[in-house]
Amino acid sequence: MARITVDTGKCIGSAQCVLAAPDVFDQDDDGFVMVLDDNPSGEAETTARTARGICPAQAITVHD
Amino acid sequence: MTSTDAAQLVPFMMRRPGAPFPPPEYEEFRTKPGLVKAALPSGETVWLVTRHEEVRAVLTDPRISSNPANEGFPRPSRTVGAPSADEVPGWFVSLDPPDHNRFRKALIPEFTVRRIRSLRPAVEEIVDRAIDQMLARGDSAELVEDFSLTVPSLVISSLLGVPKVDRDFFEEKTKVLVTLTSTDEQRDKASEHLLRYINRLITIKSKRPGDDLISRLLQGGLLTPQELSGVAMLLLIAGHETTANNISLGVVTLLQQKQWIGDERTIEELLRYHSVADLVALRVAVEDVEIGGQLVRKGEGIVPLVAGANHDPEMFERPHEFDPSRPATGHVAFGYGVHQCLGQNLVRLEMEVAYRGLFGRIPTLEVAVPLEELQFKYDGVLFGLHALPVRW
Repeated sequence: MARITVDTGKCIGSAQCVLAAPDVFDQDDDGFVMVLDDNPSGEAETTARTARGICPAQAITVHD
Repeated sequence: MTSTDAAQLVPFMMRRPGAPFPPPEYEEFRTKPGLVKAALPSGETVWLVTRHEEVRAVLTDPRISSNPANEGFPRPSRTVGAPSADEVPGWFVSLDPPDHNRFRKALIPEFTVRRIRSLRPAVEEIVDRAIDQMLARGDSAELVEDFSLTVPSLVISSLLGVPKVDRDFFEEKTKVLVTLTSTDEQRDKASEHLLRYINRLITIKSKRPGDDLISRLLQGGLLTPQELSGVAMLLLIAGHETTANNISLGVVTLLQQKQWIGDERTIEELLRYHSVADLVALRVAVEDVEIGGQLVRKGEGIVPLVAGANHDPEMFERPHEFDPSRPATGHVAFGYGVHQCLGQNLVRLEMEVAYRGLFGRIPTLEVAVPLEELQFKYDGVLFGLHALPVRW
């Protein structure tokens, strides 16, 4: 289990998180990041970490 | 920190016939401490960045600017270089935050995952029609002209809301703009025609809005009509030749390794492997900054080489092998930071639909000349193919 937070002020809507971790992240109507599951575990947690690594705006934090 | 002297200057463009792409020099640069200084044809110098970690660092550092109005911004040549947003209002790739934010915010809703998925039927129709026309003409084609450039031009015109009756005009002008053999005069003329056309389109859409990007942005009110015309030109230029080069190079690579055709992982690996926009990201330091142990002074130009980063063995094992089974996410083929390509998910969709169409409908498709005779773009800002003769 890991807690996920996002900085929507940094988000640039590239949607890389939505593609990498569709169970954890989505986009709102304006295209900005929305967290669907802020406590992912197992496979979802792994994908959330991938999303953190590839987010071009470095807007995702994974709290261990 | 590392110092440098004139004796260590390398040329800016290192692509050449007979040598692999990315240029083998990048490997040598990555093993050196600090950065490498290159000479532009103008005599100016720039720092080249080839390691993945440092390319990402450059593209996210607020002390490093994308604005060509800043002193020292790299100007590789007349055609390889960027206008500033002062020269072309709406040219937001040339703006830094916070000025850049308004444009990105206005455009993000147009490129969400959902919106791009909704474009699939339109992209499929465009791809199908391009293939119909190729098949109707016989058993061979020049794929760059007949398919790779046609598809993104029509996709962008559909996105912008260009009426179908005007699409031949739009396609013809956009091709002139991105063809390296066009003269400066031809290119200027095509650019002028397109700009005039886009301005007329904006006027029409402001009176009679449709279900398209231009209409929605006009209604959104975040951008002025003048800025919107710059934005439309930018989307057109950014999304056309880049996509075409990716499509064509991918066809060659997949025909050499047919076992990967139809595998959904190929798209990401093709983007990494070909890294067509190697020389696109031009930057300048607006404060002294240290990158990978190298002091870069205020006013010095920096070019983060995305093909260097995407072939960095620290990030990707056996980087010069095309291997879709590897995790290719993390590549910087679309850049990184706030300027990362807005249309990247559209490019992925176009590539996927293009390959599904080409290989699905033309199973005997093959390159019609020996591979060593293919004409690659050694001289353009983007890597790609000038032409790709195919037959079936």
